[in-house]
Amino acid sequence: MSISLKIEFGGGLELLFSNQRSHKISIPSEVTSKDGTTKPVDLSYLIFWLRDNLLKEREALFIENGTVRPGILVLVNDADWELEGEGDYVLKDGDEIVFISTLHGG
Amino acid sequence: MAHRLCVLCETSKAIVKRPKTGQQICKECFFNVFETEVHNTISQASLFKPGDRVAIGASGGKDSTVLAYVMKTLNDRYNYGLNLFLLSIDEGITGYRDDSLETVKRNQEQYDMPLKILSYDELYGWTMDSIVQQIGKKNNCTFCGVFRRQALDRGAAMLNVDHIVTGHNADDIAETVLMNIMRGDIARLGRCTMICTQGEDTIKRSKPFKYAYEKEIVMYAYFKKLDYFSTECIYSPEAYRGHARAFLKDLEAARPSAIIDIIHSGEAFEIKEDIKATQKVQQTCKRCGYMSSNELCKACTLLEGLERGMANAGITDRARKKMDAEGPTPQNIRTIPFFQTSTRPGSPQPNNVENPQVTS
Ligand SMILES: [Zn+2]
Ligand SMILES: [Zn+2]
Repeated sequence: MSISLKIEFGGGLELLFSNQRSHKISIPSEVTSKDGTTKPVDLSYLIFWLRDNLLKEREALFIENGTVRPGILVLVNDADWELEGEGDYVLKDGDEIVFISTLHGG
Repeated sequence: MAHRLCVLCETSKAIVKRPKTGQQICKECFFNVFETEVHNTISQASLFKPGDRVAIGASGGKDSTVLAYVMKTLNDRYNYGLNLFLLSIDEGITGYRDDSLETVKRNQEQYDMPLKILSYDELYGWTMDSIVQQIGKKNNCTFCGVFRRQALDRGAAMLNVDHIVTGHNADDIAETVLMNIMRGDIARLGRCTMICTQGEDTIKRSKPFKYAYEKEIVMYAYFKKLDYFSTECIYSPEAYRGHARAFLKDLEAARPSAIIDIIHSGEAFEIKEDIKATQKVQQTCKRCGYMSSNELCKACTLLEGLERGMANAGITDRARKKMDAEGPTPQNIRTIPFFQTSTRPGSPQPNNVENPQVTS
């Protein structure tokens, strides 16, 4: 089983992802953790999946201490991820996830 | 997770968590509180009066793009009676500034504001590309910063405006406070948090986004679908500022009020009289007429160094002395056209302790 997601990068973050703003991806709907239990796929998993599958350069500008680097805004279906449980948000088929860097020039 | 309702209108779905207050609010209420707070900042500081000609320093980046949009919105909504202009400086950086200027040109049409572009090439006879070609990537930010500040003032004088507003936000100001603390620059500490600065003769400069969080500016641009440019300057590693920014973002992640708290700390520093006394009295540059704390302003010194192939002369005292020892300034070098403000051309500024190199 897998789910489809629409991923958008903005604010200069797209430069780390082949300079492409919009990506359509498909990821497994469940992941198996080290102790053998399976759980539905969440945003934390997606962040690492993006690093391993889409990121082309300068990982440190995207991930820091196991989550997105401070200064990167994340939106889940156009809502601040801070309202959606951040990394614990359980992804659904058709979700749209947006990552925007706030760190680039004014 | 059930969707929470906006705590303000209690009818729409919350989409933003405000970093300043932790409030969860809907899109319409977010637009409304963001704009109202900027309006309150402007009116509490009495920044403008009806009829003022105001230039928005526009880089094509997120802050100045949102500023142009919000200034236009508030000017219409609250009848400020301002004449608004866009002022852009073209540093001459291929693949960076030429692209961002395209964004500014679109803004000119979208917001229906006259646009003035002033280039380093036109004013100084050098582009950043040609400067970097001569001096490399060390110290080039010094040239760029000094040249930009003077270019903004001169562009503003050409537009005959009273006031320049810039997109500096709360994060920028907090970062500058931190940097001034880290280098022990107490005199600048209080000053860098001022919403409006003005020399006797120079054009006012204000920061209407002084209390606006970067997160909210970016969210605002995103939800309003504003068109901005976001690529880092190819010549600007700015390592020190980068560390200060990363540190600030870590603090913010742990406690969102950190940014406003740091600004308040900066504001609480008063410059004591004996420190003030060590700041140089301002005069006018004898070569170009721009305000200066020395006979020659920083831009003229930097330009002379470039022209004579001794670029460090404007950076260190030692190199400066070396250039002076090489003989007097040659007659045939390029200089900056003489600066005249529209109000009081070339008059001295004896009471002015303004420092032209305030970083923010
Ligand atoms: Zn609401
Ligand atoms: Zn000068």
